[in-house]
Amino acid sequence: MVNAAHILGFGEGGWGAALLAAAGVTLALSLLGFLLGAVFGALAAAARLSSSRVRNWLAGVYGTVFRGVPDLLTIYLFYYGGSVALTATGRLFGGAGFVGLPSFATGVLALAIISGAYQAEVYRGAYLAVDRGQFDACKALGLSQYRALRLVIVPQLMRHALPGLGNIWQLVLKDSALISVIGLVELMRQAQIGAGSTREPFVFYIAAAALYFLIAGVTGLAFRRGEARAWRGTVPA
Amino acid sequence: MAGNGARMIDPGFFVSIVPALLAGLPLTLQLAGTSLALGFVLAVALALAQLGEHRAVVWPIRAFVAVFRGTPLLIQIFLVYYGFGQFRPELQAVGLWWLLREPYWCAIFALTLNTAAYGSEILRGAIRGVPRGLVEAASAFGMSRLLTLRLVVLPLAFRQAIPSYGNEIILMVKGTSLASIITLMEVTGIAQGLISQTYRAVEVFAAAGAIYLALNFTIIRALNALEHWLTPYRARA
Repeated sequence: MVNAAHILGFGEGGWGAALLAAAGVTLALSLLGFLLGAVFGALAAAARLSSSRVRNWLAGVYGTVFRGVPDLLTIYLFYYGGSVALTATGRLFGGAGFVGLPSFATGVLALAIISGAYQAEVYRGAYLAVDRGQFDACKALGLSQYRALRLVIVPQLMRHALPGLGNIWQLVLKDSALISVIGLVELMRQAQIGAGSTREPFVFYIAAAALYFLIAGVTGLAFRRGEARAWRGTVPA
Repeated sequence: MAGNGARMIDPGFFVSIVPALLAGLPLTLQLAGTSLALGFVLAVALALAQLGEHRAVVWPIRAFVAVFRGTPLLIQIFLVYYGFGQFRPELQAVGLWWLLREPYWCAIFALTLNTAAYGSEILRGAIRGVPRGLVEAASAFGMSRLLTLRLVVLPLAFRQAIPSYGNEIILMVKGTSLASIITLMEVTGIAQGLISQTYRAVEVFAAAGAIYLALNFTIIRALNALEHWLTPYRARA
């Protein structure tokens, strides 16, 4: 414990730089997973809001499955399932060997699918919270559906969505630690590597926990800023 | 999963893995049940302790809650399992080593603290939501503070908290899957083993996922029934 400062430092034999780089990977992984999840979530929300029974049902199943099944199980599905699919595709083109899926891409995809299932509910609720008069006003102004969404509905929808999205972002950030099980060297995995080679697991896991806590705190602040911006120009109730 | 069509749909395989996966269900239930029960007791204590608004009491609890909500569950489990192992002589001296030597108790320990942190926030909000007039009425009847808490505040708060606490219960059931990473073969651990042996990720995911969905569905149904039973006037209204 005495040499914790040395182990976590930036000098020779220090793991500081490696841990910070890994924290960067965690941040990139979570951010891409969250953003791609926003696409899935928006599509699922649109399907839930549509009058098509089939789309409604599909979006419902998507939400139920990926919110009800452990995230770790979903990650295994994408990791092994993706590899099997890639290998099979490779064989189709004359390849012989086993093809592993790049773990970063798998991680982003898994986080996106999981967070999309949660984000769909947030977007759906936020859409329904937008004042109906705004839709009528768009029609009266003769705005196309796309322009109505982009200029009027989405900016107001985000006011209601941001608190929920902030919670989901925290979920994604913490879930990203699970991607370590498929071998991606993000913060969790780097801490494991450091703990293994120095036999100081306590120091490394505390350091990694502190970095997660820091990222969660700073990004949480950013979400609160965004929320204030989304509500600008309105009078507080 | 192109080129995999012949093996993709294989009901025989699907049925054959279900018993293997179900063998992990008792462990999943034990982990979730024990940590939820212990965590609930701790959560009530933490929520009540914050009622006093004593800084020396409230501040450490807030810090505990923030840390456990702001860091990944996997790190918390690793910190207990690997991190505490570093202090073996000290733990042996205080007679706690037998507990933290077992991955089972390490998982229970980490899951309990995690759910206590989330649960205490849910209960704190629910207690704050009890109308002030009821507490004043109780004191007008000459009830002591303890009696008011036992007969008025807590029953109403618990009832109020059922939906949110239900979400927490589902999260914990899913959280038990992380115990597989520290060698406990519960449902997800067995699923991972089956996938890496057979590379039939889709079928194993579907079978294991169905077990979790059935479990969560049962829990949601039970909690709905409990809430309905505790609020008979709502059904009549």
